[in-house]
Amino acid sequence: MRLIRFDDWASPVPPVRREVRSATPELDEGKPPVLFVPGFGHGAWAFAEFWLEHAAGRGFPAHAVSPRGHGGSGTAPKASLRAYAHDVVQAAASLPRQVVLVGHGAGALVVERALARYPARAAVLAAPVLGGWATFGAAVRRNPGGTLPAIFGGRLRLSRRQLFSREVPDAVAKGYVGRLGRASARAQWQLLLHRAPEPAVGDPPVLVVGSPDDRVVPPSALTSAARRYGGAPLLFPGMGHDLMLDARWREPIDAILDWLEKGGS
Amino acid sequence: MTTSTDHDSATLWRDGRPVYDRGETVCVVGAGPSGLVAIKNLREHGFGVDCYERETGVGGGWNWRHDRSPVYGSAHLISSKPFTQFPDFPMPDDWPDYPHHSQVLSYLERYADHFDLRPHVWFGTEVVKVEPADGMRWDVTTRSTGGYGAERTHRYAAVVVANGHNWSPNLPAYEGLDDFKGRVVHSSAYKDPAELRGKRVLVIGGGNTGCDIAVEAAQQASRCWHSTRRGYWYAPKYLLGRPADQFHDAILRLRLPLRLRQWLLQRTLRLAVGDLRRFGMRRPDHKVFETHPIVNSQLIYHVGHGGIAPVPDIRRFRQYSVELTDGTEVEPDVVIAATGYRPRFEFLAPEALAATPEGRPRLHLHAFSRRHPTLAVAGLVESDSGLLPLVHWQTVAIARWLRLREAAPQRAGEFWTGAVAKEADRRWTGAKVQDTPRHWFEVSHVDYLRALQKMIDGLAGARA
Ligand SMILES: Cc1cc2nc3c(=O)[nH]c(=O)nc-3n(C[C@H](O)[C@H](O)[C@H](O)COP(=O)(O)OP(=O)(O)OC[C@H]3O[C@@H](n4cnc5c(N)ncnc54)[C@H](O)[C@@H]3O)c2cc1C
Ligand SMILES: NC(=O)c1ccc[n+]([C@@H]2O[C@H](COP(=O)([O-])OP(=O)(O)OC[C@H]3O[C@@H](n4cnc5c(N)ncnc54)[C@H](OP(=O)(O)O)[C@@H]3O)[C@@H](O)[C@H]2O)c1
Repeated sequence: MRLIRFDDWASPVPPVRREVRSATPELDEGKPPVLFVPGFGHGAWAFAEFWLEHAAGRGFPAHAVSPRGHGGSGTAPKASLRAYAHDVVQAAASLPRQVVLVGHGAGALVVERALARYPARAAVLAAPVLGGWATFGAAVRRNPGGTLPAIFGGRLRLSRRQLFSREVPDAVAKGYVGRLGRASARAQWQLLLHRAPEPAVGDPPVLVVGSPDDRVVPPSALTSAARRYGGAPLLFPGMGHDLMLDARWREPIDAILDWLEKGGS
Repeated sequence: MTTSTDHDSATLWRDGRPVYDRGETVCVVGAGPSGLVAIKNLREHGFGVDCYERETGVGGGWNWRHDRSPVYGSAHLISSKPFTQFPDFPMPDDWPDYPHHSQVLSYLERYADHFDLRPHVWFGTEVVKVEPADGMRWDVTTRSTGGYGAERTHRYAAVVVANGHNWSPNLPAYEGLDDFKGRVVHSSAYKDPAELRGKRVLVIGGGNTGCDIAVEAAQQASRCWHSTRRGYWYAPKYLLGRPADQFHDAILRLRLPLRLRQWLLQRTLRLAVGDLRRFGMRRPDHKVFETHPIVNSQLIYHVGHGGIAPVPDIRRFRQYSVELTDGTEVEPDVVIAATGYRPRFEFLAPEALAATPEGRPRLHLHAFSRRHPTLAVAGLVESDSGLLPLVHWQTVAIARWLRLREAAPQRAGEFWTGAVAKEADRRWTGAKVQDTPRHWFEVSHVDYLRALQKMIDGLAGARA
């Protein structure tokens, strides 16, 4: 825990217009709000497709935030991971009750950083891209054309095969891929070279979910992420990287909500 | 037989009165910002908490509805957002750099709701006595605010006092004050600039309150004299286009020696604000950081417009006038004494806080009683920055200390002897802070947080 925070004090992250999409249950059952954080290139829309409504249907106020430069949020070509985490913490603190943070893909890396600045009730890392060379190596092997340009500041392009299982109709998958934007070059580099996040505040329980057939995150990465938080990953075989958009999107979100209902442990 | 009411369980006795045992629960006195963050951090560390608050709402001094609130209509923060907010619950991005006092209140109310703190607060309940009990526990006696209703005593495992120190007015005993026919109020009772409209006003005191009120008077009153007993450094709210405190921390992070920082900041202020003697004000009789910082961009502006006449200290009051130390006399209708506040702990024996004869508690890190390991005070500091982040970390340290005591009593004992009990009083600032009554607990936020960091790390080490 670091108490001296000159970055936060002397150079606060500049404000930006932020997109938050929400679905709230008809009746407030007192369940904690869930805030979804998309990965690089995705926006709040990715959760607005199925997960938000589904979570609200199960009584959880559900929200998704687009970090700056993503979805409908303001542009930010030079944004850093710190700025993305700032956006998440701002969105979390604007909600009426202590929230659960759910980060998907590189959004999980952003959530880990947000956890150091906001005591979430619980956190879920879904198909977490926590960076480092191993992940990069796997991505280069699977999709060299989409991955290598990112080293030179170009856009990181994930392919349909990486993101979705075959069960998603081609036209639908193409539609999603067409909506993808990009993270800033700086944030893409930070994915490779970043300092370990500061420890989470408030000691929240953390769940890792993913698919052994994810072509972005290798199973070993899921296991080691879960181990860092003292658990094992919940696995959903046969799904692509984009758990919230794949054909069987219902299974992981139900498992996450079940875990939360059991008190997140 | 006693039937238990509210949150009571097994009954003990003290001097023939029933004492309701609250087990391992910790008691927090006050639900101002310091009390709220204490509840939150204690809960986060697994403690049950009962908080007593004499008012009917949260927010302490920032809740202008409270009869003891020191805020006045125009009060805006002097610390910019990053220094004011709790480090784990930021103020909204679309708020200004220096929010209005009503925004601070709404921030604190949202904090209380977000972390569900209100169920732990007993509102309208005043703590009247806090006494040590067997086993390093505490008997806390409460009653309804205003004194009606029966007193009730509960026994707690620990007490965190967060009663604030900006509510008990310090009104100097001036010669002739009783004969003065004009109106004299302490700034704590001043709320609305309309009170000054068309009046001749004398404002005493060069703290932030005195400067703010002088600025209001410049715009409302027919005349305004501003009396200070020394010259000060007046920092503007912005330096080089950034909030002054952010500018200052950009320098601080370079870890320049204090002398060099003082020189650099004094240069910057001389360039940005100018030589105050041109405005008829005195040259500061001390270096920058040696008094609690004043942040006010408008004071000098209004002096320049003739709306404020800077004058020296008060010598005495007469029936219709006030004589100043330079021999001149002024004839105000209203005198506002913005002469600060004094900490007060009327529910605690002075020995508990090892208070000096002047009533200054002598605590480790201004927070931990050296004699009673289960008694702590939160928020009893003044700093060159915002207060809330400091109190946040104080209460994290308090919670971790209490946890260690519970989990590993022996190691806790060793930690206490080594790190707390023997540690001498010290100042958590390198600057030679002026020796006036308000400055004994002035700290530099960086020095102070480094010390708290050391304690928090030490507690983690002792636990491992
Ligand atoms: C005009 C003004 C402007 C300020 N501006 C800034 C600023 O810009 N930045 C900054 O960081 N700080 C500022 N401060 C300092 C301010 O005091 C703190 O921000 C903060 O309010 C202190 O919080 P606290 O909880 O310690 O005390 P308080 O806010 O005073 O709260 C104490 C609470 O305890 C309760 N209480 C007291 N005694 C008892 C009892 N016996 N039983 C039960 N309840 C009790 C009180 O009712 C109150 O609710 C300013 C102060 C003033 C006066
Ligand atoms: N806008 C804001 O955010 C804001 C506004 C107001 C207050 N505050 C904060 O609230 C706290 C209290 O501020 P405050 O201004 O009310 O009080 P303060 O900081 O204690 O200032 C009191 C002033 O009165 C003077 N004084 C004290 N006793 C005197 C005496 N006997 N004769 C003549 N002068 C005397 C002091 O002089 P010395 O210099 O000699 O001690 C000082 O100038 C501070 O932390 C302050 O920063 C913030």
